[in-house]
Amino acid sequence: MTEGADDAVVSEDNLLHKKITDAFQVFDTNNNSSVDVKDTGTIMYSLGCFPSQKDIGELKAEVEDNNTGIVFLDKFVPAMTKVLQENKFPPISEDVLLQAFEVLDREQKGYLDSEEMIEYMTKEGDAFTEEEMTEMLSALADNEEKFIYYKDVISELVFEPGM
Amino acid sequence: MGCGLGKPKQQLKKCERGTNLTKSLQSIRAALLIQRWYRQYVARLEIRRRCTWNIFQSIEYAGEQDQIKLYNFFVFLMHHFTPTSSERNLISHIFPENGTCRDGEWEKYFCYKSIEVPDGYTGPHLHFPMTFCGVSKLVEAFKHKQQLHARYVLQLLGETWRLLRILTNINHVSTCHTKEITICGDLHGHLEDLLLIFYKNGLPSSERPYVFNGDFVDRGKNSLELLLILFGFLLVYPNDVHLNRGNHEDHIVNMRYGFTKEVLGKYRMHGKKILQLLQEIFSWMPLATVIDGKILIVHGGISDKTDLHTIARVDRHKYVSALRPSKPNHCAVNSSRTQTIKSNNRNAGGPVAGRRRVCSLSPDSSATAQRCELPRRSLHNLPMSPQLSWTVEEELKRRRRLAGFDQTYGEQQRSESDSDPECEATTETDEHEWKQIVDVLWSDPMPQNGCIPNNVRGGGCYWGPDVTEAVLGRHNLQLLIRSHECKQDGYEFCHNRRVLTIFSASNYYEVGSNRGAYIRIGPDLIPHFSQYQASQTCRDLTLRQSVGWTERSALRALRKQLFVHKSDLISAFQEFDPNNTGMICLRDWASATESVLKLSLPWRVLRPQLVNSVQNGMVDYKQWIRELSITERSLEISDTSILETMYRNHSNLETIFRIIDTDHSGLISFEEFRQTWKLLCSHLKTEISDEAIADLAQSIDFNKDGSIDINEFLEAFRLVDPSAHS
Repeated sequence: MTEGADDAVVSEDNLLHKKITDAFQVFDTNNNSSVDVKDTGTIMYSLGCFPSQKDIGELKAEVEDNNTGIVFLDKFVPAMTKVLQENKFPPISEDVLLQAFEVLDREQKGYLDSEEMIEYMTKEGDAFTEEEMTEMLSALADNEEKFIYYKDVISELVFEPGM
Repeated sequence: MGCGLGKPKQQLKKCERGTNLTKSLQSIRAALLIQRWYRQYVARLEIRRRCTWNIFQSIEYAGEQDQIKLYNFFVFLMHHFTPTSSERNLISHIFPENGTCRDGEWEKYFCYKSIEVPDGYTGPHLHFPMTFCGVSKLVEAFKHKQQLHARYVLQLLGETWRLLRILTNINHVSTCHTKEITICGDLHGHLEDLLLIFYKNGLPSSERPYVFNGDFVDRGKNSLELLLILFGFLLVYPNDVHLNRGNHEDHIVNMRYGFTKEVLGKYRMHGKKILQLLQEIFSWMPLATVIDGKILIVHGGISDKTDLHTIARVDRHKYVSALRPSKPNHCAVNSSRTQTIKSNNRNAGGPVAGRRRVCSLSPDSSATAQRCELPRRSLHNLPMSPQLSWTVEEELKRRRRLAGFDQTYGEQQRSESDSDPECEATTETDEHEWKQIVDVLWSDPMPQNGCIPNNVRGGGCYWGPDVTEAVLGRHNLQLLIRSHECKQDGYEFCHNRRVLTIFSASNYYEVGSNRGAYIRIGPDLIPHFSQYQASQTCRDLTLRQSVGWTERSALRALRKQLFVHKSDLISAFQEFDPNNTGMICLRDWASATESVLKLSLPWRVLRPQLVNSVQNGMVDYKQWIRELSITERSLEISDTSILETMYRNHSNLETIFRIIDTDHSGLISFEEFRQTWKLLCSHLKTEISDEAIADLAQSIDFNKDGSIDINEFLEAFRLVDPSAHS
């Protein structure tokens, strides 16, 4: 069947539906169309969204099944479709990210040292947990001096659509 | 934004404050952006990690399921025909009849005394009764990669066997006063993990009691050493070291997953005896441990039918392998039939010992045929239609013909003992007890309520939070600790923290795939966790690097699976491509691939890693299949479909070979080789001509002496990935 052509013609909705279902399926460990509510944020991110913690919390509340800690596919898909269609949490582009780093890099050194990073990430905004902080430092910081050369880091790790 | 120059001082201050405020807001916004971006990055890694995990786990469980299917096939054959004397060897070796010896004979058979330790032996010497000093020395010796002499192995195992026999099915432990109990999960022959645990936590002693929750063997390469250490400590501290049986403490499973191979490889002369003694030991291992009457520890889990009182009562020793019910209670009949299924002396005291229950296969007793079929055929009772009886007869004849066994079933048609109610009742109890044990060793938790058969593993069930509450409530327990499933962080709670999975083999799937963990519990019954990961190198990997490494390994494994199913894949793709364009859309590609491999993987998410040849959303499947070819073989085989069967059934083949090689010489005759193939093809429901088999045998008879070296054969057809680094 030449449904390949159909795929292109068929509404955006259908494609989105599939994309969302696929991402959902990765976390559906028992193959019964349900995931743990804790994974909601990760699934959102994997679909290219950049929600804040508050945004994630709101979606969780919307899709969770009566406080059971479970999210069912049939509730998740419509909610997530809406999010994607409205592009509610658009990606952060490279230049915006660069600017953000430059703002924090008050002395315009070209890098941030661990203390600065820790200060910003754990005290401001949607604070990191200790674990997240440790992992970020070990992932991004130059081993020797523990500096984060943000220009290099960014180009390596920016989101590519269609992943 | 800064102020212009030259403003009066006061205004400057105000301006500065404004600047500072703006700067703060900007910082916050910047921080938020970076945090959000970073979390997204981590989430993408998490997705990759999950996919990788799913791949490994699916392949692992599919293998387990495969094993069970193969085994069921043997059971089916075993119960439904009369082998000749030559075939008897083959089939009886699948179910070795150790049970016929009485204790005195046992002692004689496993006697180590006649085994001499040569002067040149540089390994450890053991003295009995075992002491703490002795075991510590053993640990040290194994750390230095020494091998224990067969004499001592048998002696140690013999002592262990004697001890285990007097233990009850359920170990009861208490945390009286300030004793903390340490609980470890699956170790799977990972000696380095056990040593790491002992290093971090201390050796077992009366001040430091341990519970080991099963799956000590298979997969890792030091299963035997690990077992010997655990047994050593058990002998020294029988009240403080507790072992639970796992689903891998099972000789049938061991044949596939490496333990049998390990033992035979390390002990060429006495390996077989060691394995037989281990079989006994495994069947005598306790099934569960309870702490303070409040915490239940079992290897797999529970089902809605789990009843500790029943479990406490069963004769656990009857269940040599959890993959099948205990030997049938034999009802007396034509003596010429009793060959392989000899009377079961183990059931001494059982009301129907020595009598054989016969299945009638004549058309007019279809109901009875059904009863015979159902209990023995599979772990999950398959629905069978009543008209099946005559088909079963036909099926049997066909299978026997295919398998090369050409006997008739004349003697099969006896129905007298079917009406024996005692016979039936006992078998039903057996059934029930057997199910209790399988459930406890093979089950997995699931998030939704209910209790359904565990079709992924092929045994036990999936149980939900409601079953947890019911079973814990019924027995007045507060926590269920189990193992059986690999967890990335070594442990994981579920079911509202009423079920805790603990897994102690780090790097289980691959270097860097997961941490191992163990639990310490004191009188407050609150679990405290310690995590670790063996090997220096992987601890230094960042999350991204270890995800990448494991992922590459998983994808290699997956490509292997795809490759061995080449022909089926092409057929499946062609169904979506009736015009033979060579292209199909992604959706069809995903659906066809899943229908062939049946691994329940998210194919569309994995697609970018697996398929390069995509244009406009269409896959050039022929090209893709070509790209998958990753083997190197030095032999020319004309029939490529046999080749594929061989690759795909590598593990099955190995299992059958090891069964056939009754003297563990590593060599089998051409006739045995032929029988193996017939058996395998019968199991797979395919046909293979004698000519094809002869052709195959000839090409691999490397020595041209009429016998085939198993290891060489398996090596010749092992899949090789040229891009893999060792």
